[in-house]
Amino acid sequence: MKQCLLCENETEMESWLPFFGAKAPVLCPRCLGKLEKITGPSCRWCSRPMEEDGLCLECREWGESLFAGNISLYSYNDAMKELIARFKYRGDYALAAIFAEDVRRAAKEAACDLICAVPLPPSRLFERRFNQSEALIEAAGLSSIPLIGRMESEKQSKKSRLERINSEQTFYPVGDAGGKSVLVIDDIYTTGATIRRVAEALGEAGASTVKSVTIARSGA
Amino acid sequence: MNAYFAGRELIDEEIPTLPDEHIATRPAIHMDNGQPRCRRCNNTTNFSSHHCARCSQLCLYCRHCIQMGKISSCTILYRWIGPPPKHPENAGTMHWTGTLSDGQRIASSNVERAIVHLNEHLVWAVAGAGKTEVLFHGISSALAAGKRVCIAAPRADVVRELAPRLAGVFPDTPPAALYGGSPNLHTYSPLVITTTHQLYRFYHAFNVMIVDEVDAFPYTFNSSLQFAVQKARKPDSALIYLTATPNTDWQAEVKSGKREATIIPARYHRHPLPMPKTKWCGNWKKSLLPSAVHSWVKTKLDAGSRLLLFYPHIDTMEKALPLFKEIDPRIESVHAADPLRKEKVEAMRRREIPALLSTTILERGVTFPGIDVAVIGAEDAVFTESALVQIAGRAGRSAGWPTGDIVFFHYGKTNAMMKAIRQIKEMNRLGIERGLIDG
Repeated sequence: MKQCLLCENETEMESWLPFFGAKAPVLCPRCLGKLEKITGPSCRWCSRPMEEDGLCLECREWGESLFAGNISLYSYNDAMKELIARFKYRGDYALAAIFAEDVRRAAKEAACDLICAVPLPPSRLFERRFNQSEALIEAAGLSSIPLIGRMESEKQSKKSRLERINSEQTFYPVGDAGGKSVLVIDDIYTTGATIRRVAEALGEAGASTVKSVTIARSGA
Repeated sequence: MNAYFAGRELIDEEIPTLPDEHIATRPAIHMDNGQPRCRRCNNTTNFSSHHCARCSQLCLYCRHCIQMGKISSCTILYRWIGPPPKHPENAGTMHWTGTLSDGQRIASSNVERAIVHLNEHLVWAVAGAGKTEVLFHGISSALAAGKRVCIAAPRADVVRELAPRLAGVFPDTPPAALYGGSPNLHTYSPLVITTTHQLYRFYHAFNVMIVDEVDAFPYTFNSSLQFAVQKARKPDSALIYLTATPNTDWQAEVKSGKREATIIPARYHRHPLPMPKTKWCGNWKKSLLPSAVHSWVKTKLDAGSRLLLFYPHIDTMEKALPLFKEIDPRIESVHAADPLRKEKVEAMRRREIPALLSTTILERGVTFPGIDVAVIGAEDAVFTESALVQIAGRAGRSAGWPTGDIVFFHYGKTNAMMKAIRQIKEMNRLGIERGLIDG
């Protein structure tokens, strides 16, 4: 009998399913039901849900770069906020398993040559004990290549939208991407400021294009 | 040093500035026969691990108490072993003018004796007996003797309700009320009222440990709570349990004399406990509002009664509500996650609602004067002996209205129903025998 990673109730599965190779779900149906997958029309660049497919106003402002777009898997609703707070701030690493299958599939569809995690500033990494972006990659059974590093800076989540967009570059190249396409995997996409700074640094490391997969789309 | 550190065992994130001396430490997770064990919450089964940026190793962490701040293999627990903080002057001086009933007086002196002699004692007091007052003299003498006293309660709302009452009785030692989000989390007081979770942060701190509503703790006094109580109290300390409905094991231990206990079988107002009746109502899951219940509700409402009606599950209760609203559109329902729970309970108190449907969340703690009570689907597993005794305890609470109807509507009698009725009958018999009930 498996326990739900969030509420510790038993997870349910039809008893014949394992014979067909199905894995026991990590969440019970109740907890799973509270998470909201992003489906339907969305911005092709940032995954913002929209009336019809296209490019959202904010993405039009960003203009051309080697950042080729973001796919977010879930909306950042109350249940997701709580889940990510427990995962990232409380440090419940085990919760990365909830998204393993989703991340693996999205990474395959993105079809990039390399995968790179978003580094944390050293003091924040020490405080949190692990990097949530690396945890998501590891749980999905993928491996990342250290192409960029990050300097000490203020927490992104403490800043306003304008401050985030105008924030200074804190990422710097440490590896060689050798003209290849790079996929970045992270927990939340808010304004896209972080991922664009990451893309710039990856460009300096020699990446041809950069895509991202994020668990949740906030600020939509 | 910060006085609040005394008696607590904390992780470094919880300590603003670590004193240079008088500190004892130990690893927060230890291996016990090859099995990891969390020293804060005693979890041995729910761990996960990852490569840790602090210790640069694969590091285990406890998932059971992670909401209180993460405990990892490389986490150190700190505690203060220096001189204890100064005890407040006039600690224990009691400002209370109430009087104890005869039943309360016996319990009170037994509690005081257990506190002085560092014994274990159970107070088994029926709903409405006034069990909090039974503690006052014991707490007073403990505080006056320079001791630290803790009352552990199952839920934060119980802590919030007890704290101001005790602050009124002991104004020289206002209690620190501890629950998640409490403004007192960093306060030192020799008198502490706390939820179980906050209890995990104490180590050998208390000379007197009082566990209130011991039957109401989640999963009935589970092993993790037992651990928290044992860790927080000093090895030489008194342990007092309060309950209206001890479990079957404890009842047997009391009867055989194995467990030291005082029973208060009668209410403060000296009237007997109203006896529940049982009535078959057919398949209530199908009919939702069985005809037997319908006619009982209608008769009672026509006679001007107000009703508290218990359903075992939210879904059947919500399906039944529209049928009740046909009888009277003001009838409402509440459950644990209901955002309007407080408002509805208040409206019931103000007599704006003639009948309130509820899950077991209202089984204890609430008092509505002059109500009649029914349980629909009394055979359901959620209605344990203790739940049914508590529910019956809602009726006849006020001296002005000491009676009330209690009906267990069922689709097959259960042991729990019969045991609950037997327990109430036995309490009334004891109350009469001891002269604690009039008439």
